[in-house]
Amino acid sequence: MTLRDTVMVQGVMAVQCTPEATIIARATGAQVADEQDKSPLAVPRSGERRRVLRALCAVGLALPMASRAQGASGAASPPAENDQLVFAFGERAGEAIAPDDLALGTEQVFAYPMDPLTGEVRNGTRLNQIVLVHVDPAGLSEQTRARAVDGIVAYSGVCTHTGCDITDWDTSSNRFQCPCHESQFDPSDGARVVGGPAPWQLAALPLKLVDGLLAVAGEFEGRVGFMQPGLDPLGGLGR
Amino acid sequence: MNDRSRLYSVLAALVLGLVWIPGASQGVADYNPVTDERLRNPEPENWLMFRRSYDGWGYSPLDQIDTGNVAGLEPVWTVSTGMTEGHQAPPIVNDGVMYVTTPLNSVLALDAATGDTLWQYRRQMPFDIRLGHPTNRGVALYGDKAYMSTSDTNVVALDAATGEVVWETVVEDYNGGYYMTGAPLAVNGRIMVGVSGGERGIRGFVAALDSETGEEIWKSYTIPGPGEFGNDTWPGDSWQTGGAPTWVTGTYDPDLNQTYWGTGNPGPWIGDARPGDNLYTNSLVAFDVGSGEITGYHQYHWNGSWDWDEVSAPVLIDITRDGQTVPGLVHAGRNGYLWLLERRSDGIGFIDAEPYVNHNVFTRLDPETGRPEYDPERKPGLGKSATFCPSLHGGKNWPPAAYNPVTGLFYIPANDNLCTTMAGEEVEYRRGQQFVGTDIRETSLVEGADHVGELQAWNLDTGERVWMHEFGEFSNWGPILTTAGGLVFLGGTADRWFRAFDGMTGEILWQARLNSGITGVPSSFAIDGVQYIAVQSGWGVDAAGSQRRVDGLFGNPETIVPQGGVVWVFALPGQ
Repeated sequence: MTLRDTVMVQGVMAVQCTPEATIIARATGAQVADEQDKSPLAVPRSGERRRVLRALCAVGLALPMASRAQGASGAASPPAENDQLVFAFGERAGEAIAPDDLALGTEQVFAYPMDPLTGEVRNGTRLNQIVLVHVDPAGLSEQTRARAVDGIVAYSGVCTHTGCDITDWDTSSNRFQCPCHESQFDPSDGARVVGGPAPWQLAALPLKLVDGLLAVAGEFEGRVGFMQPGLDPLGGLGR
Repeated sequence: MNDRSRLYSVLAALVLGLVWIPGASQGVADYNPVTDERLRNPEPENWLMFRRSYDGWGYSPLDQIDTGNVAGLEPVWTVSTGMTEGHQAPPIVNDGVMYVTTPLNSVLALDAATGDTLWQYRRQMPFDIRLGHPTNRGVALYGDKAYMSTSDTNVVALDAATGEVVWETVVEDYNGGYYMTGAPLAVNGRIMVGVSGGERGIRGFVAALDSETGEEIWKSYTIPGPGEFGNDTWPGDSWQTGGAPTWVTGTYDPDLNQTYWGTGNPGPWIGDARPGDNLYTNSLVAFDVGSGEITGYHQYHWNGSWDWDEVSAPVLIDITRDGQTVPGLVHAGRNGYLWLLERRSDGIGFIDAEPYVNHNVFTRLDPETGRPEYDPERKPGLGKSATFCPSLHGGKNWPPAAYNPVTGLFYIPANDNLCTTMAGEEVEYRRGQQFVGTDIRETSLVEGADHVGELQAWNLDTGERVWMHEFGEFSNWGPILTTAGGLVFLGGTADRWFRAFDGMTGEILWQARLNSGITGVPSSFAIDGVQYIAVQSGWGVDAAGSQRRVDGLFGNPETIVPQGGVVWVFALPGQ
């Protein structure tokens, strides 16, 4: 990684290592703005600052967002086009998922993406957890149909409210439900929020078939995970 | 620490995904350290811990504000916390310095008389955390430090005067389903903390850290391991993921040097999945503060199958029975029974228990031990649906009850007339994920019921409920403050009213409509002869979900309760 730039915007220190990886360290506006080094996050000036920022980038911060290019390797890399989808848990963990594995109207299956070239399952972060479900294709919204394989749709398995796993399924309404605060999402319509406190829909993952197996057709559309008030940890990255 | 080492610390923190950001600090001049003596005998003007005193009363001996003048109570100052979700912490006050914690583990230090901000600590959560209950219930003060347990399962010690981090200890791995929300309990150089995660396959515990260094002194599990008493109440390896969290601060008896904690539900929720009593889930557990040894327990209900966490610590109250004064432990159970127990040096005795809300599960209590027998039709099983009352949220959830020695009454924030229907399902343990094993739960009303939320006042010596206030079609999630002025303060309802009741009669004497619903623990303190009432408003977490269901049951549109935390401080005019 090379250090390209730093910017200061309204008390937000953005450390930009590459166009793909942006680390935002949010501090109180006054602290960063006056640069009095009172705060541990206050960044020293000139050369010292550059060394620190370079070090920040060099360690990669072990964050999943630090590598986002399509096809990037690494267990913490987000799903990329052509990744295969494999079972995340259970007796078949790691096995590729075929459409027939998902019965119409049954609860979601948890999956991880797998790099088709290396066979590496991208399970290095739970932010890569994907929920797959098979719903009536006739009921899909136009946008959701464009991402689906027949009635099979895929979304981030992490709730946008406080980050819990989307493990529950309401069979009466065919909706995802978060077990923590009962936010409900409609898988037929972009996983939009239809109940509970979640602020926005689950990130959607476009699907396609490769050799009869479910595969990723593109990056997550939307934000993965939740947002801490006053701090946008994944801002600008589209995850 | 020089600049370079400080920077490396920041680097390390960033790599871990943890960043602490103290705000512009005015600091506190001449901070008055908190000693064991002060905690045992707190000055009337101070509120030094979660419930003010080790006995858990939630009682202030201040009486400037009383039943005769409370109608004139007015706001003095407010401040926003900058956070949403459920604000539950009490404003904790030491000689005019107030400490409040918020969801996502920020701490505000304030001038308690003026509202001036002194310092702020903010914490950045790891990106991949699951915030099951984004809340926090306050700091512990001890020596020259303020201590907080965090959602990412750390305990952080802050310089109480400046907010700077003195030490930070990882207590458990949040990826394993653990998180922490309770205020620590400080006793004799030990900072004791409990843990959450009963829905995520944890093994609960209470841990004690050295107040100066953060090093662990003891960690005592609330589920016994192999070879320990009670392990045989768990089949196979189920003890390893059996729950028994401890997410509400314990109480403490200095004479016995024992601390008392409540434990939560077993996991998965359905008892068929783990036949046996499942010690020490849904229990009161006594620990020796010095060693962490479990010195006694009382299990309120065995083989729990209803999500009735009994995490609220028992309140230490002397009870009169047959003309004798008995050192009591009083607990308004989530299972809907009011429990009277006896604390002894050699264990815990059973005195009496009776339901305080609609209850249909227990058919009988053993008169000697208090062990309940169950109606099997009211116990959900694997593949077997059952309807039980009270609902899974219980007759009383975490909001603390209170005891007032002036009125002689025990006050319970209750929810009545709710029931839950659920059936068990097989569930696979997946580290850190939900480990509950039920279908979608349904809530229902007892037939003919016209209200849910209640404030109940009990005479523990006679076993009589003296008065009750009903909150209509609102559930009640209001922690209670009671004062020597004969008053009972609480919010707790989705209509955003913060109220003062006459502690003897239940009459509402004052109310103020705040910015959001109030689930914060109210406190009272005094500065320069002026008594103040303080509380955080900020609706969220379980209170919000509960009210959504209650709205539906009564056919009402969803009550709109805007979120956002605010600290409110009230006093009488002209003081």
